[in-house]
Amino acid sequence: MSATAAATTAPAPTSPTARTSSHNVDKRSGSTALLMLLPAGVLMVTFLIIPIGLTFVLAFTNARLISPEPAKFIGVANFVRLFENDTFWKSLINTVVFAVVVVPVQSAVALGLAVLINTKMRGVNFFRTVYFLPVVTSMVVVSMLWMFMYQPNGLINALLAKFGILGPDWLSDPKTALFALIVMSIWQACGFHMVIWLSGLQTIPGELYEAASLDGAGRWQQFAHVTWPGLRQTAIFILITITIAAFSLFTQVNIMTQGGPLDSTSTVVFMAVRTGFQQQQTGYAAAISLVFFVIVLAVSLLQRYLTRDKEAGR
Amino acid sequence: MSTTTAPVAETRRKKARPHSLDKRQSPLSVALSTVLRLFLALIFGLPLVFMIVSSFKPDLQIFADLGSWNAFLPVGELNVDNYLGVFERVPFATFLMNSVIISVATVGLGLIVNSMAAFALSRMTFKGRKVILGVILATLIVPFETMALPLLWWVNVLPWIDENGLSQGWLDTYAVQIVPFVANAFSIYLFYQYFDSIPKELDEAARVDGAGWFRIYRSVIMPLAGPAIATVAILTFLPAWNSYLWPLMVVQSEELRPAMVGIDYFKQLNVSWGQIMAYASIITVPVLAMFIAFQRAFINSIASSGVKG
Repeated sequence: MSATAAATTAPAPTSPTARTSSHNVDKRSGSTALLMLLPAGVLMVTFLIIPIGLTFVLAFTNARLISPEPAKFIGVANFVRLFENDTFWKSLINTVVFAVVVVPVQSAVALGLAVLINTKMRGVNFFRTVYFLPVVTSMVVVSMLWMFMYQPNGLINALLAKFGILGPDWLSDPKTALFALIVMSIWQACGFHMVIWLSGLQTIPGELYEAASLDGAGRWQQFAHVTWPGLRQTAIFILITITIAAFSLFTQVNIMTQGGPLDSTSTVVFMAVRTGFQQQQTGYAAAISLVFFVIVLAVSLLQRYLTRDKEAGR
Repeated sequence: MSTTTAPVAETRRKKARPHSLDKRQSPLSVALSTVLRLFLALIFGLPLVFMIVSSFKPDLQIFADLGSWNAFLPVGELNVDNYLGVFERVPFATFLMNSVIISVATVGLGLIVNSMAAFALSRMTFKGRKVILGVILATLIVPFETMALPLLWWVNVLPWIDENGLSQGWLDTYAVQIVPFVANAFSIYLFYQYFDSIPKELDEAARVDGAGWFRIYRSVIMPLAGPAIATVAILTFLPAWNSYLWPLMVVQSEELRPAMVGIDYFKQLNVSWGQIMAYASIITVPVLAMFIAFQRAFINSIASSGVKG
């Protein structure tokens, strides 16, 4: 380990101090490291850091996507306009409702699936594969497929008719459209989180269960006192990723409903795309993006804070 | 982000046997959970079966079959008319080719660029290493959707070099669909985690033999990084293949359009659901087949993506 130790204790390689020949590699280390970091660094700055920074700048301008005139600084006018826009509030509420339903339901369904296939039984692999299939199917395809199934004379209503239920026109009824999107979104994504729960479940040592059952714990007690505490880190990860994904709802809306009927499925990202791309109002779209960014950041930080807090109190 | 998983730990975890309460379970509860599993398999599997089966049926028959199990069975008048219709209606081969070019380029370039960055961060000592790592991890929380619109404006003003010299704007190119997605914070993080678990003595040995850092990266570390390469390849391929929002905004010309955006052509007048299902099937089945063939790798990549948090 001597070389490694030397590398970690050596002064910053960028310093011009001359070294002995045995440190040759370290001397080159700085410039080689820079070279190896350069491609990723340049790309991330150009396509991630600058756009994030631009969100904060463009939001206060009247920039248009394609415009002969340079963008002008217009203060908070975009935000004033945004907060006076009913569609924005509807979109925000829809996004929040979507997240509030999808986050717990999808996590719970995924956990149920994971528990169900976390056994040594034969054929379990088959079930895992089938539950996972929608995840590898693109959301575009899933949206088209479910759009077809949700037709008034589609598969779902044909199924409901078997039970004597007259199904609604799912996607054209403001009362059912968002619900329809929620169901298909959970169907598509819960296999993904099933796999993550599963990997969490498999880190829990079997001995704990054996000990618990020796102590006379029933299945439910085992779940509450062994499984659930053991899944803590996994649960936090799943909570945060599903929340971010739910807030970013766009593809399904764009393909299946275009935000309609009566804005009942419009979302914040859908609105940003509509204004920033179709209507080319980049400044306004950046304002929407900025509000969205702040919300996502606040929610993630809040989730992190809440989950961390409990851990510290334990 | 504190958890780092050594590949050793990973294999150990994989081998950790699932807790086996089964032997203690009553036959009734075993039967019940099997029924539940089957029922769920129908819920997750049947819509896809329906899609593929319908793609071979004329529209009239699709609707006629809806009321019965026939909807999921390849029965009645089956033909490939829908597929022929797809090829007639849109330049499908071009769309598919574009999707392949874009995904392969994004994955391939991403593997090189991100692994190099991760190598530098994991193996080398230099000023600001911790800061860079921190910034990379911090960007993980930013969903692409929040910066998509500013990015659209940005790529439209970025300079681009073409045959006429310097021009402005990247819109409507392959590059705009590939380059912004090559560097990926999460890929760097996955490589970084994996590289950290490879013993540093290996570098030392190579250095004694006179190898430079780049040589160590290429001939020592990367050959050992198979699992990380597979994980990153899979996790970057899926979003590249499935990407929709971005190409929708940046591509105007038909000859540069990827397959996912091409599906919009079918949403116009006189929808033929059979053709839509055919289109959906051809862009899905290759990925499904790949998933089934490399199942373990897929599942492991997703599972390892959950290690952060």
